[in-house]
Amino acid sequence: MKRPVLIWLPALFGLLLCGLFYAGLRNPDDHIIPSTLVGKPLPEFDTPAALPGRGGVASADFTDGKPRLLNVFASWCVPCVQEVGVLARLRERGVDITGIAIHDSTTEVADFLARNGDPYGAIGLDNEGRTQVAFGSTGVPETFVIDGTGRILYQHIGVVTDADIPKLLDLMREGR
Amino acid sequence: MIAETGLCALWLAASLALAQLVLGLLSLVPERATYRVMIPRVAIAQALLASLAFACLLAVFVTSDMSVLLVAANSHSAKPMIYKIAGTWGNHEGSMLLWVTILALAGASIALFERRLREDTRAATLAAQAAIAIGFYAFLLIASNPFARIAGVSDGQGLNPLLQDPGLAFHPPTLYAGYVGMSAAFSFAVGALLTRDVGPAFARAMRPWILGAWIFLTIGITAGSYWAYYTLGWGGWWFWDPVENASLMPWLAATALLHSVTVLANRDALRAWTIMLSVLAFSMSMVGTFLVRSGILTSVHSFAVDPERGIFILALLAIYIVGALTLFGLRIGSVSEGKRFDIASREAALVANNLLLCIVLVVVMAGTLYPLFLEALAGTKISVGAPYFNTVAGPVAIILLVLLAAGPLLRWRRDDPRQLLDRLAMPVLVAAATVLALVLLGGDIGALPMLGLVTAALVIAASLAPLWKRNLRRTPLFTWGMVVAHVGCGVSLAGMASDSAFTQENLVAMAPGETRDIGPFRVTLEGLREVPGPNYVALEAVLSSRRGDEAPEEMLPQLRQFSDPPMQTTQAAIKTYWNGQLYLVLGDQSEGGRWVVRMWWKPFVTLIWLGGAMIAFGGGLSLLGRVRRKQPARAAHLPPLAAPAPGPVGQPA
Repeated sequence: MKRPVLIWLPALFGLLLCGLFYAGLRNPDDHIIPSTLVGKPLPEFDTPAALPGRGGVASADFTDGKPRLLNVFASWCVPCVQEVGVLARLRERGVDITGIAIHDSTTEVADFLARNGDPYGAIGLDNEGRTQVAFGSTGVPETFVIDGTGRILYQHIGVVTDADIPKLLDLMREGR
Repeated sequence: MIAETGLCALWLAASLALAQLVLGLLSLVPERATYRVMIPRVAIAQALLASLAFACLLAVFVTSDMSVLLVAANSHSAKPMIYKIAGTWGNHEGSMLLWVTILALAGASIALFERRLREDTRAATLAAQAAIAIGFYAFLLIASNPFARIAGVSDGQGLNPLLQDPGLAFHPPTLYAGYVGMSAAFSFAVGALLTRDVGPAFARAMRPWILGAWIFLTIGITAGSYWAYYTLGWGGWWFWDPVENASLMPWLAATALLHSVTVLANRDALRAWTIMLSVLAFSMSMVGTFLVRSGILTSVHSFAVDPERGIFILALLAIYIVGALTLFGLRIGSVSEGKRFDIASREAALVANNLLLCIVLVVVMAGTLYPLFLEALAGTKISVGAPYFNTVAGPVAIILLVLLAAGPLLRWRRDDPRQLLDRLAMPVLVAAATVLALVLLGGDIGALPMLGLVTAALVIAASLAPLWKRNLRRTPLFTWGMVVAHVGCGVSLAGMASDSAFTQENLVAMAPGETRDIGPFRVTLEGLREVPGPNYVALEAVLSSRRGDEAPEEMLPQLRQFSDPPMQTTQAAIKTYWNGQLYLVLGDQSEGGRWVVRMWWKPFVTLIWLGGAMIAFGGGLSLLGRVRRKQPARAAHLPPLAAPAPGPVGQPA
């Protein structure tokens, strides 16, 4: 018979494909897309203060040698309500938390914090979602750990829960 | 009680499928050939029982029987009736039951109507069909029982709001019909391999199934693309999402198969290749189902997934595909290659078509699976986006379409290349005129869209050429089918190129009373209001659009907030004009009481789906032409498919 080897190529390819799929199944997609920002300095941004009497947030603020948590949130964001409580517990452990409110207003933010507690230091207001674009983030909430030199150590997409606290505290220590 | 009846019917259908497989295989031994008589009856009974099971599931959904787990998890008593019905297959278990029901019905119609095949090949085909069905029955009965009961639920959880759309309600059944049709083609191929009966008769028996499956896949992809266009609110019509690719891959394989089976039916050539392609087309359907259902790739289609089920589908995939390819390896050596043909001939053009389609298929498959491959090997996660697919598959697709312009103008067996040039003269002139018109009219539209528009003009003109100087009334229906489908390819391409060349976009923040411009339109935000829906509350923007001096048109884009499950969706307002679509999307609230509105003017974008509909309609005409001409006594004397017997220039072949 001619072409004896070539004829088995499709079957071999089929087997390989199934093997690949099996490997894919063993390693189910956790829907986490790794951050390309980790290890890079914060992108340039400068937002006005969300609340009168509290400072705004700019990238220059993050280079003063102190590690910080940067939390992107919004008063209209339902999961953020749940997250604010976790952030408050982080604050009790001495973590400095800076907030940026997306597509929001002064009164709405004040309302939101009055209802749910206020774990933030400075809060910036970003009405056009520009910082979000600069960070390459697509949704709220999102949280970043920034070291004392303004470098991003970690990007957390979605709600921070109590289970994440130890990891975040470790990262904050590392950021010093 | 209804649910138990359904489960019982499902078990019985599964056992009949097993009987069908065993009888089919036994009947291949010459001494037991008499078993063949039984097989069609078993296949019909199996189809009736599977239909009964599906009808039972439909009944529990229609009556909102919340004691059935599947209904409680996927339906809601407050849901409109059409979505209760669509909810039957809008979930994993129900869609698998629908799949196996369609599969059983396909088997029954082979048993009832297929008279062209040798009897042993038909029995082997039905055995292969049963083997596929058994896998799915086992999957349903072991890992995803649709009739499982649950206690203490008063109201259901509802259907994903994105899926509450009339178009989408019928999208999965359409694709499934396509996939099952491919499984029939696969069964024919396996049957023919088992009995070593690969030839024109086999190709003619297989062709209507391929054609039918291909029509359904075409409709499914076209409708899915339009759904994504108007529901997702990004103004795009194809996102190279893994699930979209999962439906595109079988279509590409089916398109190649459709053309190669024509060569086999008419000229008795490309035997092994056609068998290979029918295995490939079914494999792609299974791969598609696997990718969608296992959730191993990130996609906008967030189905609830379960790794155990993924393993099950994977096992089925491995058994069928590796099994069929092994059979291919064992038997294909004994299948002769068939007739030879000249390099300048219709056959050669169809081979080139097949190769190019396979290249596109490989490109799409590589892009879709590369993230998986990389993760398995290096642990790195990436996603492959539109730029890869567009730059790699785009040029190959353009070459394919240029070939599409020339292919139908070639004669079977052998042709004179110089005569081909004569026949192409008029289409080339049309294309040249398009270049001239584009340069004079607008000029700066980018190289690829320009190439697309010119190729579209060439394809449309050349595809009409086979009708040139012909008695249109005596032109066979399948020639019309080919012409309509090929023109459809050109029309669709024209829409795509026009969309990327001429679309205008404007992202604005508007306060009520303000006006913004987009393309030839002036759009005014009149106000906002809350509109209650059946199971959502919508925030609706009242916009009026005015073109020139025409009367203003009201446009009402919505943001819909669903309560069960809590989820927000956007509903774009789209107004279709003869020369394009105005597409408005309401975004978030911005500062100072203003609202973000995204506006697009998309000239001739509708041609994309019109072309898709034409392709499917052309397929329908071909199928009708084939079915009408089935009388075997006459068939031998008729001109082969789409062979413009008097060539486009009027000489007899």
